[in-house]
Amino acid sequence: MSSATPPQTTGAEQPSAPAAISVTAWSPGPDVIEVRRTPAPGPARSTWRTFRETLRGLFTTFGRFHEKPVTVQYPEEKTPVYPRFRGRHKLHRFEDTGLEKCVGCSLCAAACPSDCIRVVAAENTPEHRVSAGERYAAVYEINLSRCIFCGYCEVACPFDAITMGHDYELSDYDRTDLIFTKEMLLAEPIQRTPLRNEGE
Amino acid sequence: MLALVGYYEEWWIQILKGIVIFAIALSLVPLILLAERKLLGRFQSRYGPNRVGPYGAMQPLADILKLLTKEQFRPTTSVGFLFAIAPLISILTAVAAFAIIPFGDTQDIFGTKVGLYGVDVSIGPLYLFAFGAIAFYGIMLGGWSSGSKYSFLGAMRGAAQLISYEVSQGLALVGVIITAQTLSLTGIVLAQKGMWYVLPQFFGFLIFLVASFAETNRVPFDLTEADAELVGGYNTEFGGGRFASYYFAEYLNVLVVSGVVTTVFLGGWLLPFGIHPPGWVDPFVVLFKMSLIAFLFIWVRATLPRLRYDQLMSFGWKVLLPLATLNALVTAIVVVSTH
Repeated sequence: MSSATPPQTTGAEQPSAPAAISVTAWSPGPDVIEVRRTPAPGPARSTWRTFRETLRGLFTTFGRFHEKPVTVQYPEEKTPVYPRFRGRHKLHRFEDTGLEKCVGCSLCAAACPSDCIRVVAAENTPEHRVSAGERYAAVYEINLSRCIFCGYCEVACPFDAITMGHDYELSDYDRTDLIFTKEMLLAEPIQRTPLRNEGE
Repeated sequence: MLALVGYYEEWWIQILKGIVIFAIALSLVPLILLAERKLLGRFQSRYGPNRVGPYGAMQPLADILKLLTKEQFRPTTSVGFLFAIAPLISILTAVAAFAIIPFGDTQDIFGTKVGLYGVDVSIGPLYLFAFGAIAFYGIMLGGWSSGSKYSFLGAMRGAAQLISYEVSQGLALVGVIITAQTLSLTGIVLAQKGMWYVLPQFFGFLIFLVASFAETNRVPFDLTEADAELVGGYNTEFGGGRFASYYFAEYLNVLVVSGVVTTVFLGGWLLPFGIHPPGWVDPFVVLFKMSLIAFLFIWVRATLPRLRYDQLMSFGWKVLLPLATLNALVTAIVVVSTH
């Protein structure tokens, strides 16, 4: 009904109302909504209402009783993530040459708001060529106990060498175990996190 | 006095029965505990405990083990002796009340006549209310002796609530007692041979049920432990085995109340439509009816929010008590005019 009428009577044109308000009566102002209550029901009506609403509540919960639980049985079944989910970082190699994409420029470390990336660069030599550029990351560490998974490192990287992966199971018993080295970040995860399908 | 009702046994049978009933009560409590947690889960679209043992069946055992291995501690402001004895009062009264619930008529077991109940007292409901009244000391002393504000408030609420609703509970039973013309619980069951009292005493049944929710401190009348406002109410300061005792007593009280409702309103071990099964079926019939009432308790817990304190009081005194009185009065008039 209201959706069919053209927007002539929107709230923007209303504030011409205060002219009708007398000076003696307290005015709640145009943006205070007046609450109107129906008269309180008598004892019989209110008892009946309580009884009826109680029964209605009971049948509502009984309806849930028949349904299948919505619980995700976590360690056995995992919540699938969206394609752009920002999980644990990954470092990448070129698929054809196998060289690392990271050139050790430390832009990710500079962009990191929680200061959890440490990069130490070294020169590539013809005998020892690690990356495609002049230099490579000799040390590349991410302290995942400090990382806030904002994805700024991914944005800052000029070579798409670091991206945010899909892993979210990152708990450990020791804080030192949460400092991920370059080898760990380059390796494929042992178990893949399920990816959410289209429309799921 | 005991000789006036039904039948009473040799002393050694009484002791044996006591042990058996205690064992049954002890093993029913973990069952209802598990049932409550599983059913609450299903009412809220989740599974409930399902990790310990098959389908979570070992969960109560794990809970009890955990609680019993915890350290016994008490606040420095507490009153030591009362603090230790209060959970025991709760559990003792619950077990004692369980003794009079009849699970069947007298049976011939190996040539001896044995009644399938702890004891058939000639003052059944009075015995029940006596222990119900002592049970409130368990809550009251526990809350007061903790020496903490929340416990104290919980205990005070508990005292007021139990006293208020005990009156309606008692008056709701008066109608049944007038109709059955006996105070013995087995007598009341046998008087229901023609028709269960849930039909002629329907209002009494409803009043008794609602008052029982309050008497067992269950939702929506769980103001004594109101977790949201009083932390844990009277049992805030209790931990480990003592907390387990309170917990145990609460569920045992639910069982006792379901047993009493079964006995008084649902015809105890009697089956409808003139079906007369062999005697050994009787306890199972009673247990089945009890589980229906227990299911109702859990269902209501999953549904209703807690009442406000003034709502609780005005409901008890202004609605329930007049209705219970009216019910007893009308029953009395009907019984007198038809006899």
